[in-house]
Amino acid sequence: MMKWIFFGLCAISLLFGAGLGRMGEVSSAVITSGGEAIQLGLTLAGAICLWSGVMRVASQAKLTEQISRLFSPFIRLLFKGLSPKSEAAQAICLNISANLLGLGNAATPLGIAAMSKLSELNGHSDTASDHMCMFVVLNTASLQIIPTTIALLRANAGSASPMEIMPASWAASSASILTGILMVKLLSSLRGRKGSLLYGRA
Amino acid sequence: MAGLSDFVLPITLVGILGYGIFKGVDVFGEFLTGAKEGLTTVVNIVPAIIALMTCVGMFKASGALDGIVWLFSPVAAALQLPQEVVPLAILRPISGSGALVIYNDILATHGPDSFIGRVASVIEGSSETTFYTIAVYYGAVKVSKTRYTLSASLSADLVGFVMSAFMVRMIFGF
Repeated sequence: MMKWIFFGLCAISLLFGAGLGRMGEVSSAVITSGGEAIQLGLTLAGAICLWSGVMRVASQAKLTEQISRLFSPFIRLLFKGLSPKSEAAQAICLNISANLLGLGNAATPLGIAAMSKLSELNGHSDTASDHMCMFVVLNTASLQIIPTTIALLRANAGSASPMEIMPASWAASSASILTGILMVKLLSSLRGRKGSLLYGRA
Repeated sequence: MAGLSDFVLPITLVGILGYGIFKGVDVFGEFLTGAKEGLTTVVNIVPAIIALMTCVGMFKASGALDGIVWLFSPVAAALQLPQEVVPLAILRPISGSGALVIYNDILATHGPDSFIGRVASVIEGSSETTFYTIAVYYGAVKVSKTRYTLSASLSADLVGFVMSAFMVRMIFGF
């Protein structure tokens, strides 16, 4: 996918630049972009290291486990039929609390662990179960409470109040997550009914 | 709200370090280990940022980006989104580094405290790299039939984007 985006954007730029007579600008973008990218990388480096360090402290202090306990009733509601004591449910709780804390590095391995437990329950099928769909949809929505990278880039661009977008961000995330959950519930019940019809005929 | 939000980062920092000390964690040593892992993350994302900054930079300089914005402006208008954030909304589910590059460019062009800058911030902060997440999680357990996952995720993203502009209008009164 990414190779086509990379090549496509460059090739289209060449066509547009030639057509619109803006090759000078396109050429200077090729010359200067690499340096700008390194600058952006340096800007991000400090904050990424700082919060990776802080979050390492959080996970060593088992904060993820504490938060995940708060979430188990919620998990029971979303993953009907999944025992809250099961390894799958525990991995799901840990993954969701790591996401809330913005622990991207920890969330992905926990999420993959949850997926392999869910896959076991699904008989290692190549077709996703409803629980898997719900879990992946939750992970494609942003659960992060404190958007540190965005705050940094806003501060860097001269914002008077880099953190002020947080409440708006929570509201937009919640709406997005709620939509995801409702879509999963709706689509799984639709397909479920279709499935039972097929079984009925057989 | 602005005054209150300034408390968030310092309180988080002190809270987590304090909780670590309470739990008997060597907070300085663990911090250093974590920060070193952060450096690895940075080293991993910089090559992608170089690639995307170059192709997005060319795309913008050639006038093609203006073309995309113009092409999608009726859709953006229907969804009450400022058309300048359309490239961000298109790239956000596909590429995390690409979205970061476009987001940073929007902040530089329009300013972080403008309506466009705020909407872009909320979009960037309230969404994830949907395609990447789906590929990694299903790839790990060799599931190829993902059923309705993509349609549910993308509708969630779309509602998130529309809500971003709506919430910025509500809270900041544009």
